[in-house]
Amino acid sequence: MKQLYSFIKKEFYHILRDKTTILILLLMPIIQIILFGFALTTEVRNTNVAILIPANDVLANELAARIDASSYFNIVEQIHTKSDIQAVFRDARAKLVIVFENDFSKNLMQLGVSHIQLIADATDPNAATSFSFYASNIIQNYQHDLAHQAFIPGTITPEVKMLYNPQMKGAFNFVPGVLGMILILICAMMTSIAIVREKEMGTMEVLLVSPMKPLYTILSKIAPYFVLSCVNFTTIILLSVFVLKVPIAGSFASLVFVSLLYIFVALALGLLISTLTTTQVSAMLISGMGLMIPVMLLSGMIFPIENMPLPLQLLSTIVPARWYIAAVKSVMIQGLGFSSILREVLILSLMATVLVAVSMKKFKVRLE
Amino acid sequence: MYAIEANKVSKNYFSEKSGKFAGLGNPIVRNNTGSKSLSDDKAAGVSFEVHEGEIFGIIGPDGAGKTTLFRILTTLLLADSGNATVNGFDIVKDYRAIRKCIGYMPGRFSLYQDLTVEENLNFFATVFNTTVAENYDLIKDIYQQIEPFKKRRAGKLSGGMKQKLALSCALIHKPTVLFLDEPTTGVDPVSRKEFWGILKNLKKQGITILVSTPYMDEASLCDRIALIQNGNFLKIDTPPNIINQYEKKLWAVQSQNMSQLLKDLRNNAQTMNCFAFGDAHHIGISNSQYKENELRSYLEARNHKSIEIRIIAPSVEDCFMELSQK
Repeated sequence: MKQLYSFIKKEFYHILRDKTTILILLLMPIIQIILFGFALTTEVRNTNVAILIPANDVLANELAARIDASSYFNIVEQIHTKSDIQAVFRDARAKLVIVFENDFSKNLMQLGVSHIQLIADATDPNAATSFSFYASNIIQNYQHDLAHQAFIPGTITPEVKMLYNPQMKGAFNFVPGVLGMILILICAMMTSIAIVREKEMGTMEVLLVSPMKPLYTILSKIAPYFVLSCVNFTTIILLSVFVLKVPIAGSFASLVFVSLLYIFVALALGLLISTLTTTQVSAMLISGMGLMIPVMLLSGMIFPIENMPLPLQLLSTIVPARWYIAAVKSVMIQGLGFSSILREVLILSLMATVLVAVSMKKFKVRLE
Repeated sequence: MYAIEANKVSKNYFSEKSGKFAGLGNPIVRNNTGSKSLSDDKAAGVSFEVHEGEIFGIIGPDGAGKTTLFRILTTLLLADSGNATVNGFDIVKDYRAIRKCIGYMPGRFSLYQDLTVEENLNFFATVFNTTVAENYDLIKDIYQQIEPFKKRRAGKLSGGMKQKLALSCALIHKPTVLFLDEPTTGVDPVSRKEFWGILKNLKKQGITILVSTPYMDEASLCDRIALIQNGNFLKIDTPPNIINQYEKKLWAVQSQNMSQLLKDLRNNAQTMNCFAFGDAHHIGISNSQYKENELRSYLEARNHKSIEIRIIAPSVEDCFMELSQK
């Protein structure tokens, strides 16, 4: 036991003394969460809008005020002729231009139909689609209100409702994704590098020629990264609950349990990589290419798995992150109980067992 | 019982590119086509015994197979053929027992560069289930020299101090057999001398030491040596015996044009072998009738100026050169 304790202490020294790496490892989840949460989001928030509005038109002004009042749009400018529209986009003064037709109120009240043109800057097509959609929603709501409150007949408003994510919050989608990615990165990549570093530095040679049990070597290599992963898990959860306002809808215990299981799978994966490689660079490449990319592309984090061609869907079943992300979404976002993630838990357990068995078998007690 | 006993141990790495073998106990390839056939002349593999409490040196150039031999004996590599024991334990079957009783210092500095001197020592002590205090008397002489720097990271030590720390770590569990793979390579001459003094002291405490070195001048500091080349032992004996076996006359020759001198000496019919040795060429003459004057006139006829010829006593290196020619 004393051997193990001393070995783990040594591993912590390694990690804590490598200031740059520890800083990266601790800050990475924070930066990723903040980047995904605020910078890289496709959510509509404070989009600049310019309007072309006929003078003294009551209803048009009322609608414009309503658009401005929503948290999605800011009316930054009022233009007077259609020829100004080009300039607005060219100088990037606004992303959306709303053009009210002349006699907007009159047409609506007398003919029952009036027209609004939404012109969006579609340089970023996803964002453009989102905010045009938001804007038309506001307009339709307004028409609806007019019909009911002011008895001014308007066109029928289709009701759009989005399950679980009524505001289309991106955070709901990427928090599980970031969790899946960070944990696999820290556990698998860092563990494999830590073990391979001993091989590369020649210290493995000395360790092997000692009574130290291989199991102890493995355990002590894994321990610090397990702790680090738990710290990262806590940071991500705290950030997402308190900063991004993504609530934990389901049971916190289930979330912790499935996360610990996933961390274990990732550690075992790191161990396996370390037995297959001899240099830190190759360990990094294998974990980088072999883990990061599948996690990003095949886990459902960015692209929905249901939309993939069948071969890719099959391939995605061997990516642990796919099951983990699905489980986190069920527990954290949808608030489903433990019984609903039973399948994911079973699959992850199976993966852990196989990985540990294979890597223990492959761990060498000699140099070759 | 021998501390180490090896019987026809071999481990070959065949390079398709050069058509040559590397490793230990290489078969002698007779044809140049690089066929892998074993030679009939010489059984492949190295055999030797090391007595308890002996300093046994493995002397040979880089790539001769020294590290391979060390790794086989320290149970890090499996031999292709042959068998060996350390302290009577078989290197394959009883590798766990061997790992408990030997100390190993690899050729490359293999300690944790980001840990301090003290932390490295404490770590290796616990790995071997002991404490620094328990065996402090064994490492005292060595460790005292680096103790002033005990809070310094191992990576920031000088070459000589690194070696002392590595030796301290290899000794901390009081091993009965110590394997030192090129411990003095890359260490300054003063530290090298000091290091061999330390080894002599360890020997007094009954520790068997197997040490390898590419420096021939260190050979005379061992009790017995094995000269190794291309994975095969040329000779195993005490350094004085090896030197006494040198039968030829040995001259050191100098002149103004040393490179031309080497060519001319090698072209001389009387020359058995001739090698550049620092500032002079060593030339071995097997014909005892051949006189110094005859060589001088031979060289003068070839326009050499300020010729100096001295009779010298052979060193281990001369013997190695001669043996490696056979």
